[in-house]
Amino acid sequence: MDRPIRVLVAKPGLDGHDRGAKVIARALRDAGMEVVYTGLHQTPEQIVHAAIQEDADAIGLSVLSGAHLTLFPRVVELLRERDAEDITVFGGGIIPAADVVVLKEQGVAELFTPGTPTAQVVQWVRARVRPAATAA
Amino acid sequence: MARDSESGLPIEPVYGPDALEGWDPREKLGEPGSYPFTRGVYPSMYTGRPWTMRQYAGFGTAAESNARYKQLIANGTMGLSVAFDLPTQMGHDSDAAIASGEVGKVGVAIDSIDDMRVLFGGIPLDKVSTSMTINAPAALLLLLYQLVAEEQGVPADQLTGTIQNDVLKEYIARGTYIFPPKPSLRLIADIFKYCRAEIPKWNTISISGYHMAEAGASPAQEIAFTLADGIEYVRTAVAAGMDVDDFAPRLSFFFVSRTTILEEVAKFRAARRIWAKVMRDEFGAKNPKSLMLRFHTQTAGVQLTAQQPEVNLVRVAVQGLAAVLGGTQSLHTNSFDEAIALPTDKSARLALRTQQVLAYETDVTATVDPFAGSYVVEKMTDEVEAATLELMRKLEDLGGAVQGIEHGFQKAEIERNAYRIALETDSAERVVVGVNRYQLDAEEPYEPLRVDPAIEKQQAERLCKLRAWREQSRVDDALALLKKAADGDDNVLYPMKEALAARATIGEVCDALREVWGTYAPTDAY
Repeated sequence: MDRPIRVLVAKPGLDGHDRGAKVIARALRDAGMEVVYTGLHQTPEQIVHAAIQEDADAIGLSVLSGAHLTLFPRVVELLRERDAEDITVFGGGIIPAADVVVLKEQGVAELFTPGTPTAQVVQWVRARVRPAATAA
Repeated sequence: MARDSESGLPIEPVYGPDALEGWDPREKLGEPGSYPFTRGVYPSMYTGRPWTMRQYAGFGTAAESNARYKQLIANGTMGLSVAFDLPTQMGHDSDAAIASGEVGKVGVAIDSIDDMRVLFGGIPLDKVSTSMTINAPAALLLLLYQLVAEEQGVPADQLTGTIQNDVLKEYIARGTYIFPPKPSLRLIADIFKYCRAEIPKWNTISISGYHMAEAGASPAQEIAFTLADGIEYVRTAVAAGMDVDDFAPRLSFFFVSRTTILEEVAKFRAARRIWAKVMRDEFGAKNPKSLMLRFHTQTAGVQLTAQQPEVNLVRVAVQGLAAVLGGTQSLHTNSFDEAIALPTDKSARLALRTQQVLAYETDVTATVDPFAGSYVVEKMTDEVEAATLELMRKLEDLGGAVQGIEHGFQKAEIERNAYRIALETDSAERVVVGVNRYQLDAEEPYEPLRVDPAIEKQQAERLCKLRAWREQSRVDDALALLKKAADGDDNVLYPMKEALAARATIGEVCDALREVWGTYAPTDAY
């Protein structure tokens, strides 16, 4: 039967602000999803590796340092290289409107900026992400 | 309707004389500038001169930041406050793989003495006081500052400023840690000793609750966990053989200021009273300066909204007012566009103007501690103090701040509060103007300041040149001596200064220390 949606919440780069990531992790968990949090200071390579290892259905990236234009597309690109594009990538942080457009063009499915209610993120993940049909 | 304060304590609709029954102003307040310093650390406070207006700034290359500092000085700012980019804060060079995308973003990129010389070019270091938000590599940046001053002909004993240097709060909230707690505390003790001998007017640490508050801490949690960190630093320095009165006068603190004015004023007053008592009774400090909780304040960035961002100008004015009514020694007011991007020149100027209005167009500077004797504020001061002491006791029962960090105690408390605030905001029980009430149908577009992505390449080229030109054997010898000191008991700052003078980079010096001390790996849950 359907297992719960599994989300890897990740902090790429050197940014130490994890309030948003932790709040989203809790909200997704309280909504019945399985959530794995990577901890701080992860490279895109480490994140993609963890997502595949953990059999994640989605990766939620959080960056508040302004490095999103480098780090988010890199995660999408690595997933593609590893034939894991079925893992949905979404993100959040201090991301100017113009960058939201750029990131979506590059394969980030959705971006949530400050002031987004947690319920909206939960709803979006439910609507957009399906748990992979597990072999087991 | 009765409501709860941010610390979760009830606020009564009306307070009267009965709120202060048995309250003795001689015991609870004293005189301004005297124990227990509830009313402020100086007798005249702002009636003599206002607080130091210190605007945190820095981005891109050293040359760009240098231009912004000169502009801030021309606009009337009184002290510099340097923001470093994340690679610098984490002890990596700009060309390290992990630095990709981060160079120059949240602050200025500094790789070596060559960048530091550009950063302070044309700024007389004997005239300005400089605060540097740098923690794990604080010793390196302080020494680079001293080296640049020496090149300018300014002796070290004339330098004034602050390094944040508060690593414990990095484990709790801010995340830019490098080494494990034990060697980090040893490095801090080395810095205390070095500054006492070489840079005596320098504030050696800024023990910070700001970042905990930004991560979600309540006012009581903010000051409890911060003062507990302070106690840990004092214990470390005393254990390293220092006399408490030899370093305690140079300790300073850093707090947030929220829009909830009454509780913030109570918080600042309670914090002063608690610290004075701890220093006098627990550590036996004799010098009155050792008992004074001097602090910098920054307005709460987390309360700013990306929606209708101009409204943030009003929030910042209210927050800044709370800091002033609470007796801050210096203040940074945030720019209104910080929930969107780095501040522009104009928004940074408006932030400074906000402080100038508070200082010169209001009457709150005309008299010391204007809320003294207010039924509600005195009552809240007592209540915040009691809630704080209770939390500090819990931490002591765990074995102190470091043990608490190892148990994940402070982080868990803060994150629980952050989640509660998020849910209250979602349900609009907590009103955020423009976000969950009084929204616009469509937000106006806003064009933020951007950092030139070419800077990463420029820094890498500078590093390449530096490594080719410098005398490599001098660097290697200096780094070897540094490692030897780190492995033993000698003060690491002396060989570190030699390495930096020989043009070792931030990344190389930190790597040398990583080899000896290892790195911190948190046990991180959510």
